[in-house]
Amino acid sequence: MNLRRILALINKDLKKTTREPAVLFLLLVFPIVLTFVFGLAFGGIGGGATTSFDVGLLNLDVTGPNTEWSDSFVNNLTSSEVFVIQEFTDNITGQAALQQGNLDAFIIIPEGFGDSIESYYGSPFDPSVWTNTTINLYVDSGSMMAVSAVPSLVQKALMETIFGSESMLIGLPVEIDSPALVESSTLSQWDFMAPGIFAFAAIFLTMIVAQSMTYERDEGLLKRLRTTPVSSAEYMVSQTLSNMVIAVVQVALVLASAFAIGYRPATGPAGIGFAFLIALAYSLVAVGFGLIAATISKSADVATGISFVFIMPQMFFGTFMPLGGATEVIAKFMPSKYITDALTTLFLRGAPVTSTIIWFDFAVVSILGIALILVGIALFERFGTK
Amino acid sequence: MSESAIEITNLTKRFDDITALDNLSLEIGWGELFGILGPNGAGKSTAVNILSTLLEPTEGTATIDGCDVVFDPDCIRKIVGVCPQEPAFYPHLTGEENITLMGDMHLVPKDILKERIKTMVEKIGMEDHIKRRAKDYSGGMIRRVSMLMALINDPKIALLDEPTVAMDPKSRHAVWDFIRELKTQGKAIILTTHYMEEAQELCDRVAIIDEGKLIELGSPTELMEKHQAKNLEDVFLKLTGKKLREAF
Ligand SMILES: Nc1ncnc2c1ncn2[C@@H]1O[C@H](COP(=O)(O)OP(=O)(O)O)[C@@H](O)[C@H]1O
Ligand SMILES: [Mg+2]
Repeated sequence: MNLRRILALINKDLKKTTREPAVLFLLLVFPIVLTFVFGLAFGGIGGGATTSFDVGLLNLDVTGPNTEWSDSFVNNLTSSEVFVIQEFTDNITGQAALQQGNLDAFIIIPEGFGDSIESYYGSPFDPSVWTNTTINLYVDSGSMMAVSAVPSLVQKALMETIFGSESMLIGLPVEIDSPALVESSTLSQWDFMAPGIFAFAAIFLTMIVAQSMTYERDEGLLKRLRTTPVSSAEYMVSQTLSNMVIAVVQVALVLASAFAIGYRPATGPAGIGFAFLIALAYSLVAVGFGLIAATISKSADVATGISFVFIMPQMFFGTFMPLGGATEVIAKFMPSKYITDALTTLFLRGAPVTSTIIWFDFAVVSILGIALILVGIALFERFGTK
Repeated sequence: MSESAIEITNLTKRFDDITALDNLSLEIGWGELFGILGPNGAGKSTAVNILSTLLEPTEGTATIDGCDVVFDPDCIRKIVGVCPQEPAFYPHLTGEENITLMGDMHLVPKDILKERIKTMVEKIGMEDHIKRRAKDYSGGMIRRVSMLMALINDPKIALLDEPTVAMDPKSRHAVWDFIRELKTQGKAIILTTHYMEEAQELCDRVAIIDEGKLIELGSPTELMEKHQAKNLEDVFLKLTGKKLREAF
């Protein structure tokens, strides 16, 4: 292993990134554009504004002696600054408004709501004599923000209604932190997407690796190098390192552009450092996939197509696209998902860098990266250099 | 230094049903400019690729300065300079950067590398273009740069596979002068070509091969005398009944 050879090869690769417009665009310009576009479209710019949800309300508990409970619940919902309450008089128009996207959520307070609470206060320790009722809550499944934030905020208003506002400060041995977090900060959908952008940008390294390896093979450059004393280990190390450099630059660019449009991740320098670290680990994954794609590609053009076999699923299941049901399961197999998850934990939830979960994500990406790159090198050297 | 620069003994290379090289034996001395002359498909590149450790022979052996091409490729890669038939280069790099990259692979000391590039570039007539990106080069420029990429390590042995093919006359003469000078430095040079005038002009000895077999060996003048031919083209015609350039 000779450092001079490795540095010379890295230099050659990095020059390609800055000199070839297509590569420059895909690896460096595209992440910036992507960040700006998504930031603009999903509310990153002007991030000072308070997020609010349009919530429809149908109060069916309007008769009888105990209606002050439902009034109080409505008050609590209204006084929370995140809800803009719109009253409805029937279910059908409310549901329609939700379906048309005019509402983020629709709440139905059932008849007998006040009676339920009274029955609870009549004998708090004997659930068998309570009269149970259910609040119906419908949330716009198209809004990631609403799905994740509304139920807990409603829950909070309900607790305040039943136990009074002090109940949030005292009482339970276990406390749920997230409603407070969601309400006190000014989150937009962009805040939920931003962590995914980091993975999204790095995914395309796979394509560049596949293209450049097939190109160097087809143009006889690999052979030419093989007539010199450079070893294939030195070559592979240089490939990996140059892509690591690009991954670091990508993270820096995405962060800088996100900052420029007002994004403030809920983490400190250590969390930012972690973002670079996991991006480095991910570049191993990308190079590994790139080598595998290059092995099975007959030409650089084919390599572009084949790379998408590795890129597309990671893009759809592992970045910022909303997931649910089966897609959640598929996502578990996407390396990019683990970056997105770790960065979501840090940047959105504000977890400390000592959290086990992010190091678990890091371990998954690293181990997978090392495994893929070894497999990629073995396959490429065995079948891909012809 | 071993006695002869290159020793090829009963070298055979088969690709499935094609015998690209058929029991070839040659010995090439230090300071010799040795031509391998033959039509397209004769097996010239196959021979060069075996010598440059890119291909393993099916049978037979070859050594360069005593290093076996199969068992000691690392030894060979240090002492040869290989100019491939297809001039592989990085289009996004300048001519100079392409050459420097090769020098880095050979760990040529940096100051020597710089100096050497300067002199070589002037000798081959590329000084006006060497800082341009290689993607903007003409075919002749690319071949000249490719030649410097091959020789930047100042190799004891140069393997030049059709270095002037499809080159304009001006570039070709620049390359010929360049090759002649290499010879004066005591290097052993193998030059493959299907241009008989090139072999005649440059080579001390030529091996004429056809369909992988050695059919004649000697200095151009010897061969022309022996076959009472006015040039090597004629020699080939008399030997095979084919014309060199139409033989493919
Ligand atoms: N990798 C290969 N696979 C199969 N056949 C090959 C391969 N390389 C060369 N050949 C065949 O071997 C013969 C000699 O080729 P080559 O050495 O390239 O000839 P030359 O360089 O003299 O034009 C040709 O018939 C060619 O088709
Ligand atoms: Mg050839």
